[in-house]
Amino acid sequence: MRIKLLLASLLALLGIVPAAGVRAEINVGVTLSATGPAASLGIPEKNTFSLLPTTIAGQKINYIILDDASDTTTAVKNTRKLISENKVDVVIGSTTTPNSLAMIDVVAEGETPMISMAASARIIDPMDGKRAWVFKTPQNDAQMATAIVQHMLDNQVRTVAYIGFADAYGEGWWNEFSRIAEARKIQIVGNERFNRADTSVTGQVLKILAAKPDAVLVGGAGTPAALPQKSLKEKGYKGLMYQTHGVANADFLRVCGKDCEGTFLPAGPVLVAAQLPNSNPIKKVALEYVTKYEAMNGKGTVSTFGAHAWDASLLLAHAVPEALKKAQPGTPEFRKALRQALEKTTNLTAAHGVFNMSPQDHLGFDQRARVMVRIDNGTWKLVE
Amino acid sequence: MDLQIALLLGQDGVTNGAIYALLALALVLVFAVTRVIFIPQGEFVAFGALTLASLQAGKLPGTVWLLLAMGTAIGLIECTTAVRARRFHRLPLIILINCGAPLLLAASLLAVSPASLPLLVQVLLTLMLVVPLGPMLYRLAYQPVAEASVLALLIVSVAVHVTLTGIGLLFFGAEGSRTPAFTDANFAVGDVVLQGQTLLVIVASALLIVALYLFFERTLYGKALRATAMNRTGARLMGISGDLAGLLSFTLAGAIGAFSGVLISPITTVYYDSGFLIGLKGFVGAIIGGLASYPAAAAGAVLVGLLEAYSSYWASAFKEVIVFTLIIPVLLWRSLKTRHVEEA
Repeated sequence: MRIKLLLASLLALLGIVPAAGVRAEINVGVTLSATGPAASLGIPEKNTFSLLPTTIAGQKINYIILDDASDTTTAVKNTRKLISENKVDVVIGSTTTPNSLAMIDVVAEGETPMISMAASARIIDPMDGKRAWVFKTPQNDAQMATAIVQHMLDNQVRTVAYIGFADAYGEGWWNEFSRIAEARKIQIVGNERFNRADTSVTGQVLKILAAKPDAVLVGGAGTPAALPQKSLKEKGYKGLMYQTHGVANADFLRVCGKDCEGTFLPAGPVLVAAQLPNSNPIKKVALEYVTKYEAMNGKGTVSTFGAHAWDASLLLAHAVPEALKKAQPGTPEFRKALRQALEKTTNLTAAHGVFNMSPQDHLGFDQRARVMVRIDNGTWKLVE
Repeated sequence: MDLQIALLLGQDGVTNGAIYALLALALVLVFAVTRVIFIPQGEFVAFGALTLASLQAGKLPGTVWLLLAMGTAIGLIECTTAVRARRFHRLPLIILINCGAPLLLAASLLAVSPASLPLLVQVLLTLMLVVPLGPMLYRLAYQPVAEASVLALLIVSVAVHVTLTGIGLLFFGAEGSRTPAFTDANFAVGDVVLQGQTLLVIVASALLIVALYLFFERTLYGKALRATAMNRTGARLMGISGDLAGLLSFTLAGAIGAFSGVLISPITTVYYDSGFLIGLKGFVGAIIGGLASYPAAAAGAVLVGLLEAYSSYWASAFKEVIVFTLIIPVLLWRSLKTRHVEEA
């Protein structure tokens, strides 16, 4: 009898607890490329999610993290699953531009806000009914390309050659860079492509050398971008070298070694967080991320890619309290309110810059979101 | 394009072609003996290169764990078979070979710091770690289905390839590695500088090809493999074990793959998934040889290397397209020229 009573009261308690909870939990669906060709970007992003706060404004946050293997079809499938089965309130992802572009239709159909961690401006531009649901945290390629062109002009570069990945990344950079460089009267004397798995780029490098450019820009991401640079140095190229922000991780420095000394690249301020002047508000936020990430994964492991995931969570932490005032998590009204709150983000300092969003601009970064960096003695040095 | 550029591209093409040729030979060998289209051949290249890089970085390469796990799995299977057949006296030997040897290797790696060893010892250690994976793969994945159709064996190959790529990502991470050059020597021939490293690749590949030729022509095991390739049933009637032939051909394939990996790791950055594309280009070479002729496969692979080098100069964006399109006219020509008879 006593046991029965105990059981009954226990059951009653269990029944009461959820009923007493004021609101449902917030579900955040994540799809990222932890395996496949974009794994070097996706893995630090994935690691970052384990550092994120588990509550925002007193609400419990559930992160449902799926791997899309850098594959567009899987990214779309993951997004559908997250929206229809897990009933997520927001989707974060994916790591690459092709994946993120393919996800736009799905999130617009499911009326769920999405925060992409991929670079291309095409994800949020041109703004339309579908893209109204889409936000992104990494700097646009155009922003980075402008920084490179400006630096080239300041260093009297008249002719430049480009060698990039034979994929969306390399092509995207070529479009942005060639457009801006030509507008600023820098002559482009070479345009070559290579694959990330290539064992040799001798042919491309010889053709570039024959054109005698003042500078060479390598449009690649991660360690594969070291190959053209090493080949150029091997064949005696003496001009200026530029890389893109896609190489900003420690593995690139390890593989490229002394052949990358003196290379310039644009990057998010988080890469050189410790060297930023104290007056820069980004320094504090960026250092907090670096400290937390390295405490968990070891010293020197931090890369700029994971910080895009961190920034996405900062956007959420900023927007969720606003949305909670209007609706309950798990409802279409909450997702709509969250979308509106994200769009109204103003003066939010993050690890990569300061967000000032508007209905037309779902990134909202300005010049503060990029710095020029030089590789110096195997480390990143901020260029004043 | 002047002569100097043409020569440099030629040098580059022959170097890559030499590696593709080795892989093409391994593919032809494995297919002729076991009818397996060995897609994971490229993984041995990646594993060889990355294991050497891990050793040089002073890290314990992940392949040690793979070796231990596969050894234990085989040991269990063999022990069960032996116990069922009541042949208990075989148990100690089975355990010693399958579990003891990998354990000993792992222990010795833990005991010495591999980074401080001379390069030659590191290379030998790499081969000892990676080559046994070949016969182990055969024992675990292919031997149980050795009599299946070519298509079924191909499907097994795809599964093994995907699994090994995943394991590679787990062991070595997403970023690539590069080992320091074996030699910094350069030779000036006229205007062109020949790098010692590329010469080393060509010479080592040529030596390996000669060694393979001698193995097949002069040794009993080599002749047994050739006999199996020619007629499996006939060879078995003559007392040549099909399983032994399979294990032997996979050992050779593993050795060729790992050795190629060691050779290319100083010239290029190798990733956990680089092996597939390198293997695929070897495969194009092997197809040119109709998956049957060794000299034609080697020549085809060198042709692939040269085509790749020159097309990367003229039209870098279409390099892979050009290389892999080569397979279409070759297949057309082959299908018109030969009548295909599959052995039952």
